[in-house]
Amino acid sequence: MRLVLFIGFLLLVANLMANTLEVSATSKWKTIRSAISAAAKGDTVRILPGTYREGNLVIQKSITLLGVNYPIVDGENKFELFTIAANHVSVIGIRMINTGVGSINDISAINAIESDDLRVLNNQFENTFFGIHLANSSHTRIEGNVLHSNAQAEHQIGNGIHAWKCDSIRIENNQVSGHRDGIYFEFVTNSVVQHNNSHHNMRYGLHFMFSHNDVYQYNTFKSNGAGVAVMYTKGVTMRHNQFIDNWGSSSYGLLLKDIRDSHITQNRFDKNTIAIYMEGCSRSKFESNTFHENGWAVKVQSNCDGNVFIKNNFLSNTFDMATNGTLVLNTVDANYWDKYRGYDLNKDQIGDVPFHPVNLYSMIIEKMPSSVMLWRSFLVYMLDRSEEVIPSITPEELKDNHPAMRSYPLL
Amino acid sequence: MIKIGKYILYDMVRNRFVMAYTFFLLLVTLSMFSLDSDPGKSTISLMNIVLLVVPLVSIVFTTIHFYNSYEFMEMLLAQPVHRKTIYFAEYLSVSIALSVAFLSGVALPLCVFNFNESTLYLILIGVMLTFIFVALAFAASVATRDKARAIGIALLFWFYFAIIYDGLVLYIIYTFSDYPMEKVTLSLVSLNPIDLARIVILLKLDVSAMMGYTGAFYQNFFGSGGGIIYSLLIMIVWILLPLLIAHRKFCLKDI
Repeated sequence: MRLVLFIGFLLLVANLMANTLEVSATSKWKTIRSAISAAAKGDTVRILPGTYREGNLVIQKSITLLGVNYPIVDGENKFELFTIAANHVSVIGIRMINTGVGSINDISAINAIESDDLRVLNNQFENTFFGIHLANSSHTRIEGNVLHSNAQAEHQIGNGIHAWKCDSIRIENNQVSGHRDGIYFEFVTNSVVQHNNSHHNMRYGLHFMFSHNDVYQYNTFKSNGAGVAVMYTKGVTMRHNQFIDNWGSSSYGLLLKDIRDSHITQNRFDKNTIAIYMEGCSRSKFESNTFHENGWAVKVQSNCDGNVFIKNNFLSNTFDMATNGTLVLNTVDANYWDKYRGYDLNKDQIGDVPFHPVNLYSMIIEKMPSSVMLWRSFLVYMLDRSEEVIPSITPEELKDNHPAMRSYPLL
Repeated sequence: MIKIGKYILYDMVRNRFVMAYTFFLLLVTLSMFSLDSDPGKSTISLMNIVLLVVPLVSIVFTTIHFYNSYEFMEMLLAQPVHRKTIYFAEYLSVSIALSVAFLSGVALPLCVFNFNESTLYLILIGVMLTFIFVALAFAASVATRDKARAIGIALLFWFYFAIIYDGLVLYIIYTFSDYPMEKVTLSLVSLNPIDLARIVILLKLDVSAMMGYTGAFYQNFFGSGGGIIYSLLIMIVWILLPLLIAHRKFCLKDI
């Protein structure tokens, strides 16, 4: 007990010893740079409102940068703003604008290099090349930031939140728009991405590779140039996310390439050209998702195996499912299909005849895109009906043996 | 011409078949909207009906009507009236009567239930198709003296435009699937008024059906004001071409 009290006392003293350095045009420290160099470990640099043009600021000690009423740190379209190469650094409540643009260097508003326990909270980023760039940094928390950029082309802009080789980071409640990729992960493991809104980015709303065992939940990915693409990863959990309005010939609500042992549950896919596109995916489970008004709800290439689609809602999609071959190694069961025309004699809410979600014309369009001009014509209608009676081209094994008669509760 | 047209029109409006056609369309439209809760979906189903039924009824009814009024035409020709006058009076009154039937059967309930840009296109295109297929029926009718044969030709026209043509297009697309076919299919669309009508409506109604590169290509073309004008112009050509060919033949014909 005494020991605990003693340690508590020590902590209190340590806390009291931490100083606060105020930066403003009228304070002792006129520039952020001078305050940082004067600060000791554990100190707080309080930045009062104003515009600060100080080029690149390098932070090599554990301090807190605290903005009051969003002071503006301006990179004058030339500089990287904060380069952080220390552990336990916090950057809070600062408005960062106009970083430089580089095609060789990833110029960012906040660039963390091997920084453990970095916290980036409630900042605003306007017109930055990269917003937050993490390299080899773990236990980072990025919360409540607003990142916005206005680039016209993909090569003129970097990613909003970019993480490379990190572990156990947490990205929460951020808004990212107008960047190349909203959130970009490469070799990032055991991390959580939640309650973010990534929209109107040039390329992907979320893009990750080799990032195992991460959780993505309650995020919204809307109107991104090419939707969301995730690759070469195992152990992904995605739930309660919304994928909306990703519209275009090479745009996907969610593109999964070489994803293994993952869980995609309770997500909502609205008005995407292709809601889920899967290539080389294995042993993943898709449960309780809702697909609404998509061109294609699910496109499964035949090199996917062991995936399970269960209890999903398929509502008002042009095509529910498409594939490119007859080999079927995936399971589709107990989903609700609004196109299901079967009956339920024993009233157990499970249709008595199986449902074939792949229709003939979706396979024809897959092979010959220009045949879309005949879509909804009488001829196509007849072809589809005859194929339904005697499946010859569509994979006969791809069927839902227990289609639900009623849709599952919407999320 | 107006006087003759008026008499034919009176005759047409009292025709039981035209009334039945009106009621059929009315019934279909009303049931579509009461069956499906989603108005967009019921408009698509209605479009399928319109694209099949309107051409069929227009072409078959007109052919039968043409032969039924043969004696009336002979009587008129004994008077000092131009053949041209009789011909166009016949054409206009039949197409107007069928258009009125279509408008009261489909357009009226559509305006009540679900009026927007896409239904406006549906209505416009229904009227256009009526005019086109009445003109085609005239072409079929003047081609032969035999009523049964003329009905056969008329049905063949319908069959060709509604089904066979699409089959041919599918075959062409399949054969040349290694080549970029967008512009080719665009011109192929122009060669069939039913296909043209369907694509124009679908682009307004069901965007998700128009996926991928080709869809985007169509969207760019038909979605713009120029595309709409283009398709309307092509449809007018589709009215004028059979109408004028049949007219030439009608004027030279030994009736």
